[in-house]
Amino acid sequence: MAKYTEEDLKKELETQEYEYGFYTDIESDTIAPGLNEDTVRLISKKKNEPAWLTEWRLDALEIWKKMKLPTWAHVNFKEPDYQAISYYSSPTKGAKYNSIDEVDPELLDTFKKLGISLEEQKRLAGVAVDIVMDSTSVATTFRKTLAEKGIIFCPISEAIQEHPDLVRKYLGTVVPKTDNFEAALNSAVFSDGSFCYIPKGVRCPMELSTYFRINQGGTGQFERTLLIADQDSYVSYLEGCTAPSRNENQFHAAVVELIALEGAEIKYSTVQNWYPGDKEGNGGVLNLVTKRGICEKNAKISWTQVETGSAVTWKYPSCILKGDNSVGEFYSIAVTNNHQQADTGTKMTHLGKNTRSTIISKGISAGYSQNSYRGEVSIGRNADNARNFTQCDSLLMGNNCGAHTFPYVELKNPTAQLEHEATTSKIGEDQIFYCNQRGIDEEKAIALIVNGFGKEVLKKLPMEFAIEAQKLLEISLEGSVG
Amino acid sequence: MDLKEKLISSYHQTQKDRPKDAFHALREKAISYFEEKGFPNKKEETWRYTSLRPILKEDYQLFPKNENTLTQQDIAPYLTKGLDSYLLVYVDGHFVENLSQPIKTKTFTATSFSKALQEKEDKARIEKYFDQIAPKEDRDRFRSLNTAFTQEGTFIHVERNAVVDKPIQLLYFSTGKEDALLLQPRNLVVVENNAQVKIIERHQSLNENATLTNAVTEIIAAEHTLVDYYKIQNDKYTSSLIDNTFVDQHGNDSAVFVHTFSFGGKLTRNNLRASQNAEHLNTTFKGVTILEGNQHVDHNTFVHHLQPNNESHQDYKGMFDDRSHGVFDGYILVDRIAQKTDGYQKSDNILMSDRAIAHAKPQLEIYADDVLCSHGCTIGQMDKEALFYLQSRGVPKKEAKALMMYAFCTSVLSSVTIPELKAQIDGYISSKLGVKMDFDSELID
Repeated sequence: MAKYTEEDLKKELETQEYEYGFYTDIESDTIAPGLNEDTVRLISKKKNEPAWLTEWRLDALEIWKKMKLPTWAHVNFKEPDYQAISYYSSPTKGAKYNSIDEVDPELLDTFKKLGISLEEQKRLAGVAVDIVMDSTSVATTFRKTLAEKGIIFCPISEAIQEHPDLVRKYLGTVVPKTDNFEAALNSAVFSDGSFCYIPKGVRCPMELSTYFRINQGGTGQFERTLLIADQDSYVSYLEGCTAPSRNENQFHAAVVELIALEGAEIKYSTVQNWYPGDKEGNGGVLNLVTKRGICEKNAKISWTQVETGSAVTWKYPSCILKGDNSVGEFYSIAVTNNHQQADTGTKMTHLGKNTRSTIISKGISAGYSQNSYRGEVSIGRNADNARNFTQCDSLLMGNNCGAHTFPYVELKNPTAQLEHEATTSKIGEDQIFYCNQRGIDEEKAIALIVNGFGKEVLKKLPMEFAIEAQKLLEISLEGSVG
Repeated sequence: MDLKEKLISSYHQTQKDRPKDAFHALREKAISYFEEKGFPNKKEETWRYTSLRPILKEDYQLFPKNENTLTQQDIAPYLTKGLDSYLLVYVDGHFVENLSQPIKTKTFTATSFSKALQEKEDKARIEKYFDQIAPKEDRDRFRSLNTAFTQEGTFIHVERNAVVDKPIQLLYFSTGKEDALLLQPRNLVVVENNAQVKIIERHQSLNENATLTNAVTEIIAAEHTLVDYYKIQNDKYTSSLIDNTFVDQHGNDSAVFVHTFSFGGKLTRNNLRASQNAEHLNTTFKGVTILEGNQHVDHNTFVHHLQPNNESHQDYKGMFDDRSHGVFDGYILVDRIAQKTDGYQKSDNILMSDRAIAHAKPQLEIYADDVLCSHGCTIGQMDKEALFYLQSRGVPKKEAKALMMYAFCTSVLSSVTIPELKAQIDGYISSKLGVKMDFDSELID
C-alpha cells in the first residue's frame, strides 16, 4: 500500500517544521472577543437558531460560570483568558455551495496545500468531506449520493434548521451541559460542527470525513459533532485536524457525541495534528475535547485515534455500554515531542450484560514531552459477564521526557473479568543495531520500530488515514534520536 | 466538637505537661500541619475510594485513663504458635514489661521508646532518626497526627554486622475498657550496615468497643541490610487501623520486604511509602487481603525511585465477599536519574459476591528512558473448569474453592520466611474461607 519512498520521507523531513503552518487570508466575519449572555445570543442569532436552543445555550453558560477548569490532568498550561477569545468566526463568503466551483478559490488552495483538495477527494476513494473551517462548514460533498440512502450528513447548524427534532432529541444526551467545564463552555458557544444520521438498517457506503482547521488567530474552535446511527446501521467516520502556525495558544474545546442504537456500529477515527508549538514550547493548540458514545443493545462503538499534534491534548474518547452485548473499543497512538503534553485515554462504563471492551493505547514520548495514559474501566452492578482487556504501552525516547500511566479499575460484579497490563520501555540498542546492519539508517530504523510499536492501532485505521498517520508519526519524531 | 477540634485542643492541653525535649519542635510542626490540612476526604485523589466518615464520628478517648492489665493467657491466642521470638507487648498504649522480653545486647536493641529514652546512646539515635523520613509528597496527615501525640512504641536498633537471631514480635492490645479509643503507637527501626532483622507487628482489640489505631512505622536501612517486616491484620470487626509505613533505604544493596495480611478489621488503610536513596536496592511490598461483611481495606503504596539500578516489586492478592470493598492504589515514580529501574506492580482480585466492590489503580510515572516498568491488574473469578476438576477427584466444593484461593495467594505466601508465621497465616486463611484445612500438607498429599 505504501508507495511512499525514502526520497519522499527525506523531502518531508526537510520541511518537517510544521508543514501545514500557513495562514489563509480570507475575510472573516469575527465577532468581538468576550463571553457573556450577549455573545451567546449573538451566536445563536447569527445562526438563526430556534428559541429552545438559545435557552439551552444560555443555561449552559450559567452552568459554566459556576465551574472551574479541573486540575487533575498531568499537564501544565496557562489557562486561556476566556474573555479574550472571539467565539465566532466565519468566512463571510462561505455561505452555501452546490458545486465545488463556487468555493472561494483561496480556500480551495488551502485544501490543496493540505493535500485534501476537494477535486482530488471527489476522484479518490469516495470520501465525502464536510469541511469545517473556523467553525462554519464550508462545503459538504457527496451529499446527494448520501441523501438517496436517507443519510443526513451536514453541518450541525443546518441540521438545526432542517432536522430540529432529531437534534433536539439527541443533543446533550451523551455529554450533558453539566458534564465538565469544557463541555459546558462548548454547549454555550458552539458555532458549528458535523451532524450525521444513518437511518435504520443502512450501511453507509463511504467513509464520512470532516477536516477541521483553526484559521483565524485568537479564535477558539468549539465544534460540536452529533452522530446518530439508527438500528442496525453502520458508519465509519473520519476526523482530521490541522491548524496553522500561530504563536499564541489557540484553544479548542470540542464535543463529540455518538449514539449507536440497537445493533448499530460506529467506527470513529481521528488523526489530530494541530500545531504543536515550536521547539521551545511556544504557541501551539490547547486541545481539550470531550468525546463520548453510548451503545444500546448489540451496538458497537470503536474509537481510533492518532494524536501527534497540539501543545496540550486532554482527551478521553469514552463508551457507555448501556445495552446488553454491546462492545466498546479504543485504539490510540499518542506521540509527543519537544514540549508537547498529552493526557489521553478512555473511560469504558459497562452497564449492560455481556458487554465487552478493549483498550489498546500506545504512547510515544520524545524530547521534553510528557505523555500520560489515563483510563477508567468500571463494571456496574448489573453488568454480568462483562469483559475488558486493557493494554497500554509506552515508549520513551531520550531522557528528558516522561511517560505515565494512571489506570482506574472499578468492579462491582463478580462475574466480570478484566485484565490490565502496561509496560514502559525504550527502543533497544540491539533493535537499532539490527536495522543498521541491514543498511537502514538510525532515523529510518526508529520510524520503522515506532510504526511496528503502533501497528495494532494503525491497522484499525481506514486505508487513506493509515498512510497519513504513518507519515505523521515519522515527522513528529524527527530529530528525537540523540 | 468534631474529632479534629478535639485532637487539637487536647494536644495543647497536654503539651503543658510534656517536657520540652528534642521532639517538641517536631510535635509543634506536626500539629500545625494537621491543623491546617485536617482529615482527608474522598475528594482527594489518594482517598477517592475510602471514606473515613464512619470511623471519625466516634468520640474517641485519646488518653486511656487507667492502666489495664492482661495476663499471659489473655495474649496467648494472638501469639504466633511455636515461634521463639523477642516479644514486646503494649496494652492500651502502655508498655507492659512483665509480658515482654525487651532486649539490649551489644549487637541489637529491641525495646519500648520509654525505656530506650533512658539510655543515653539510644536516646541520641532516636533523636537522630525520629520523624526524619521525608517522602516526596508533602507530609502525611496521619503521620503528623501520630508525631504530635505518640508517647509509646517500639525502638529497634541493629548494630553493624549483626543478625537478630529471633524474630521480634510487636503486639499492641486495646482492652476496650473505654467506649472508643484512639491509639497512636510508633515504631522506629534502624538497621546499620550488613545487619538483618525480622519483625512481626499486630494490632488487636479484645472486645467489641470501637478502636482506631493510627500507627506509624519508620524503617531506616543502611548498606547490605535485610529487613523483613510482617503485618498481621486480623482484628475485630469494630476496630479500624490506619497503618503508615515509611521506608528509607539509604545504603547500597539493601532489601526491605513488607508483607501485609489483611483479614480482619472494619476499615484498614495501609499507607506504604518507600524512598530508594541508594543503588542496587530491592523494595518489595506484598499482601493478601480476604474480606467479608462490610469490611474495607485500602492498600496505598508509593515507591519513589530516586537513584539508578534499583528494583521494586508489589504483589497484592484480594478476595472480597459479601459487601466488602477492596482498594489497591499503587504508585511508582521513577526520577530522571533513576536509569535501569526495574519496577513491577501487580494487583489480582477475585469478587465472591455480587455486592462486593474492588478498585484498582496501578499508576506509573516515569521520567527515565532506560527502565523496565510494568504493571498488571486482573479482576475475575475462579476457573470453573479447575473447580470441576478438583470436585471430580473427590474434593468437596467448599474445600476445592478454598484450595484454589490458597493457590491464588501462593506468590505472596511463598516469600514468608518464618515457617511458624506462615502456618499461622494459613490457619487464618482457612478459617476466613470457612474450611478446616492444613493447606501445606493438603498440597503435599
